[in-house]
Amino acid sequence: MTLSKRIIPCLDVAAGRVVKGVNFKNLVDAGDPVELAKIYGDAGADELTFLDISASVEDRSTTLEMVSRTAEQVFIPLTVGGGIREVADVDRLLRAGADKVGVNTAAIARPQLINEIADRFGNQVLVLSVDARRGATESGFEVTTHGGRTGTGIDAFTWIADATARGIGEILLNSMDADGTRAGYDVEMIRQVREITHVPLIASGGAGKLADFSEALDAGADALLAASVFHFQTFTIGEVKADLARHGYSVRL
Amino acid sequence: MIAILDYGSGNLRSAQRAFALTGHETMVTSDPDLCLASDGLIVPGVGAYGACMEQLIAAGGREIIAARIASEKPIMGICVGAQILFSAGTEKGGHVGLGVFAGEVSLINAPILPHIGWNNVHSEPSSILFQGLQDESFYFVHSFAAKNAVADATNSWCTYGEDFLSAVERGPVSAVQFHPEKSGAVGARLISNWAGTL
Repeated sequence: MTLSKRIIPCLDVAAGRVVKGVNFKNLVDAGDPVELAKIYGDAGADELTFLDISASVEDRSTTLEMVSRTAEQVFIPLTVGGGIREVADVDRLLRAGADKVGVNTAAIARPQLINEIADRFGNQVLVLSVDARRGATESGFEVTTHGGRTGTGIDAFTWIADATARGIGEILLNSMDADGTRAGYDVEMIRQVREITHVPLIASGGAGKLADFSEALDAGADALLAASVFHFQTFTIGEVKADLARHGYSVRL
Repeated sequence: MIAILDYGSGNLRSAQRAFALTGHETMVTSDPDLCLASDGLIVPGVGAYGACMEQLIAAGGREIIAARIASEKPIMGICVGAQILFSAGTEKGGHVGLGVFAGEVSLINAPILPHIGWNNVHSEPSSILFQGLQDESFYFVHSFAAKNAVADATNSWCTYGEDFLSAVERGPVSAVQFHPEKSGAVGARLISNWAGTL
């Protein structure tokens, strides 16, 4: 046996609540992140990711309580992304019970933030979230912010190489071209990014059918993040893992 | 009572919560008397080897660990808390460890690092930690590991690029490279197995 390929459900949260796109039957409270985290943990999720889309500082403090409540009941790794601007934000999240943090916009604005977090907590705590789309940069892929709405003009591959050198544990590669299409992960981008970084690669954006998952692994992904296909019960995590096993991939069953 | 050594490293609450789940009360402390008097001592650790050693020494952890071993009282090191029990670590230059186990902690020879995720642990039947947990997967997050068997110990192994030690049990000292507190039900079982020896 070898290292298993990871399946990671992602929940959008704000002010301590799951805010959109979840449609489970028989839920007491569809907005309770703890309840959903437990369901996914029991269903075989290898990790969980919360993306905090809170609009205000007050709402973010509620997120800390939510992270804490989740970590009290779910004993698999928890990553929290969104709104991290400085080392103190990371410290607060880790103390609340997060195991890793996702950093995106703030690191683009001030790359030294990566060094600061890695020096204090180690590379392994830091997931660099890259929202990339096809654009007129050197590699043909451009970094975006604000959920893909704002181009930065920064070349995605140059940024990934720079961040890897500064000290990151993983890359969460979100394809803004594939996101929401359910037409499959962006295997071309995954394949190219796999060649320029030595850290584990989590593919995100575009999962729609069962075959999409193994194709992203074929392209070089180490882990697969998905939201709506799990939230709307298109597939269970077990079904995805069974299909990956059929394709010869090691999964934790 | 189980003490979790607080020397400024590690997600202490994760370990505390995981022990609570298995019905074991813990106390996060750096007080030498409490650490020495406890039935079991957890030594956590995340981040770089050298930084962990510095923090451990500053908090008096080296003396606490030595005193517990001298009086045969159980200790379990987790992740970097396990690595610092070895003689040395090569992360970011060379660092001297506690030397409880002979051997060096060095970079894993694998193309993709850190080694992050769930991987199988191969244990011997004599293992107490892995009773009922043969060939289960545990959650790992690390780039460095000890690679040579520890003499007169029960050694358990993991493979990622190469074989490395995923756990060592010798007398009162246990060391696990993975995170039992993040390894779901199998991690809880391992914690119970260890706590059952106290």
